[in-house]
Amino acid sequence: MNPDLVKMIFGRLNLEALPIHEPILVGTFAVVATGGLALFAIVTYFRLWTYLWREWFTTVDHKRIGIMYMILGIVMLLRGFADALMMRLQQAIAFGGSDGYLPAHHYDQIFTAHGVIMIFFVAMPLVTGLMNYVVPLQIGARDVSFPFLNNFSFWMTVGGAVLVMMSLFVGEFARTGWLAYPPLSNIGYSPDVGVDYYIWGLQVAGVGTTLSGINLICTIVKLRAPGMTMMKMPVFTWTSLCTNVLIVASFPVLTAVLALLSLDRYVGTNFFTNDFGGNPMMYVNLIWIWGHPEVYILVLPAFGIFSEVTATFSGKRLFGYTSMVYATVVITILSYLVWLHHFFTMGSGASVNSFFGITTMIISIPTGAKMFNWLFTMYRGRIRFELPMMWTVAFMLTFVIGGMTGVLLAVPPADFVLHNSLFLIAHFHNVIIGGVLFGLFAGINYWFPKAFGFRLDPFWGKLSFWFWVSGFYFAFMPLYVLGLMGVTRRLRVFDDPSLQIWFIIAGFGAFLILLGIVAMLVQFAVSILRREQLKDTTGDPWNARTLEWATSSPPPDYNFAFTPVVYDNDAWWDMKRRGYRRPLTGFKPIHMPSNTGTGIILAGFATVMGFGLIWYIWWLAAVSFVALLAVAIGHTFNYHRDFHIPTDEVVRTEDARTRVLAAGAQT
Amino acid sequence: MSVAIITTQDSEPVFHVIDEHDHPEGASTMLGFWIYLMSDCLIFAMLFATYGVLGGNYAAGPAPKDLFDLKLVALNTTMLLLSSITYGFAMLTMEKSRIGATQAWLAITGLFGLAFLGIELTEFAHMIHEGATPQRSAFLSSFFTLVGTHGLHVTFGLLWLVTLMVQTARFGLTEANRRRLMCLSMFWHFLDVVWIGVFTFVYLLGMLR
Repeated sequence: MNPDLVKMIFGRLNLEALPIHEPILVGTFAVVATGGLALFAIVTYFRLWTYLWREWFTTVDHKRIGIMYMILGIVMLLRGFADALMMRLQQAIAFGGSDGYLPAHHYDQIFTAHGVIMIFFVAMPLVTGLMNYVVPLQIGARDVSFPFLNNFSFWMTVGGAVLVMMSLFVGEFARTGWLAYPPLSNIGYSPDVGVDYYIWGLQVAGVGTTLSGINLICTIVKLRAPGMTMMKMPVFTWTSLCTNVLIVASFPVLTAVLALLSLDRYVGTNFFTNDFGGNPMMYVNLIWIWGHPEVYILVLPAFGIFSEVTATFSGKRLFGYTSMVYATVVITILSYLVWLHHFFTMGSGASVNSFFGITTMIISIPTGAKMFNWLFTMYRGRIRFELPMMWTVAFMLTFVIGGMTGVLLAVPPADFVLHNSLFLIAHFHNVIIGGVLFGLFAGINYWFPKAFGFRLDPFWGKLSFWFWVSGFYFAFMPLYVLGLMGVTRRLRVFDDPSLQIWFIIAGFGAFLILLGIVAMLVQFAVSILRREQLKDTTGDPWNARTLEWATSSPPPDYNFAFTPVVYDNDAWWDMKRRGYRRPLTGFKPIHMPSNTGTGIILAGFATVMGFGLIWYIWWLAAVSFVALLAVAIGHTFNYHRDFHIPTDEVVRTEDARTRVLAAGAQT
Repeated sequence: MSVAIITTQDSEPVFHVIDEHDHPEGASTMLGFWIYLMSDCLIFAMLFATYGVLGGNYAAGPAPKDLFDLKLVALNTTMLLLSSITYGFAMLTMEKSRIGATQAWLAITGLFGLAFLGIELTEFAHMIHEGATPQRSAFLSSFFTLVGTHGLHVTFGLLWLVTLMVQTARFGLTEANRRRLMCLSMFWHFLDVVWIGVFTFVYLLGMLR
């Protein structure tokens, strides 16, 4: 066949792109393919496709979208963690002339993919999923402001994840580190598809993230129940608001800087090149102007979760609500004034470095205030050490260590020594695992009964907790030591045999975390199997304080049969205290948005377009772009996007709840 | 949604809205669209910042003085400003529910927009013809990207304008269509504001450089 024609049809995609020479990847592919086929077969056998399409893929219900985000995050956690395990193993054995088992070409992809996946496709979906699920319930709303957009945002995130996963088996991923600094990421040094997978994966997912940020801001600003003033919002809603403000005010920066990088790569412009006036440090500045707020995007909702959990399980009103809110807002603002601390060594001079060093240290003040608020909430409280509370205590201990090493790194002279060392790696894992991940686990254990109507099994949960927490310390404390000794990050082989023991300890820690993850999966499975014993009929299993616990578990499609009226920060606590009686009559039809398949179709085209651009299959990119536009415009011709849940259906749902509550009260 | 909340010390508090109405459709749209515009503004801010940093790096290539034709840019700017005024007229006639006049003003807006794009493309073609391509220097990379991104926005605005004209013709000035025209209005004026920045920062200051 004519090679030009082949090139026109397939771009630079050819059979060599399939990694058939790499046994590790072939093995992984075999496992993934078998698993995928099995899943496909099961779904087909039980004829679930229509159900999945109608009830889940096309849903605009914020609760279902939230759950789908959580599933995406947990699936991607497995991938991201597999990468981590491989790195730990490589570093533990690549001593004394041994090359380890990973060739450099593969190892570099692994550390890049690990970072990208953990931040964008684990932490972000989990955080967004929890916000999506909980925020509308906490503010007494029936859905988000733009339900269709919510569905679309989710599928764009999936599209990005699909592209990143695809790079495992078709072509390769970036070998540049998770922020793809030029000039290394430019076309001259990374001519392969890796960086393009990176760019388009993040661009597709980034659209989804920005839109979901806009959506949740509008939801919180516009759809609060009557009586809920800003200073009566639950703290989790507050931190979600700040996080989404950060998303909207930072993700466009990422979009812009990645667009400039792709212009450099695709068109040959000179933004970040070494010649013709380009400036690679411009990229580093721009990407960290997104990157630093991103850290707070992840951790603020976690702070919100800890606030809810601490108040609930101490049986007390949260100490210092107002200071908590102000601390959150101050962190939101300060997070934009610190980006340069990621590259003190750039050489911007003493005055600039001191400015950013000082702003960085100042952030520890509002964060410290939060820490004391949680402590004072616990003080003289009747603390119940259920799983969410255990994660919270583990967080408080761990995060303080991470915070202190952060302040240490904020001192520019110290940073000159520790920059790019394993000390830094230990620091940010210390805050991201100890802060974000522990927070998410607290949140998952806390709100799971709300979402599914039964609690998670405490035995396996505790097992998972202890493996995770001890595993974390084993895995990352050695890295602090190594970093202080001057070991830099991303190394594949080592010369100095005296370092090996630390890497072996770190590897052991990673193994403990593996057990923690396995225990967590077992916990999910066991809980589903034992769901009758773990059942909660009250809708309020923890004796909690905020509105989401006022409705049934799982909540009906419409969340609340009547929109609640709020008088107090702890709205549900206030209702319980003042003898709230559930209304049993007077139901009305409820206005709800209709499901639509447009979101998944649009995201599908966007993903295909990304694939076309990655492989230089220009016709495919063009066709899918036109299709994307056509479907989007076509969608605007549909003016009927809502319906009413009829009164008798509401009555039936509410009567069923009344019976369940009565049965629960008798036993 | 206005709700009477009854709370007195002795009577039992009311914990739910009894007489509830449907949320008016699109109640959050304007706020949402404003936030979207601000996020878009941030993209432009980044491109301006990039131009600010790299705009002086000519790499021994052409500088703004060698390239810009202020008369052409003035004409171009006039086209865009006029299109904003005519969009304003479209909104005024929409308020009076005069569908024919609205459509006419929208069409005129579209023509001005097209003229703007046409002049911009002529300018680009001329520069590229002279060898001042986006690849020539960091200055030209950032120039073409900033101005081109604005042009791309205008292009999508035109596409949107046509869509809305079709929808107005088919379904009339319904509540939903008015809201959509309002959003496009904000988008269009936003592009005008960005262009003022481009005109001042890139062209005028460029000639002084």
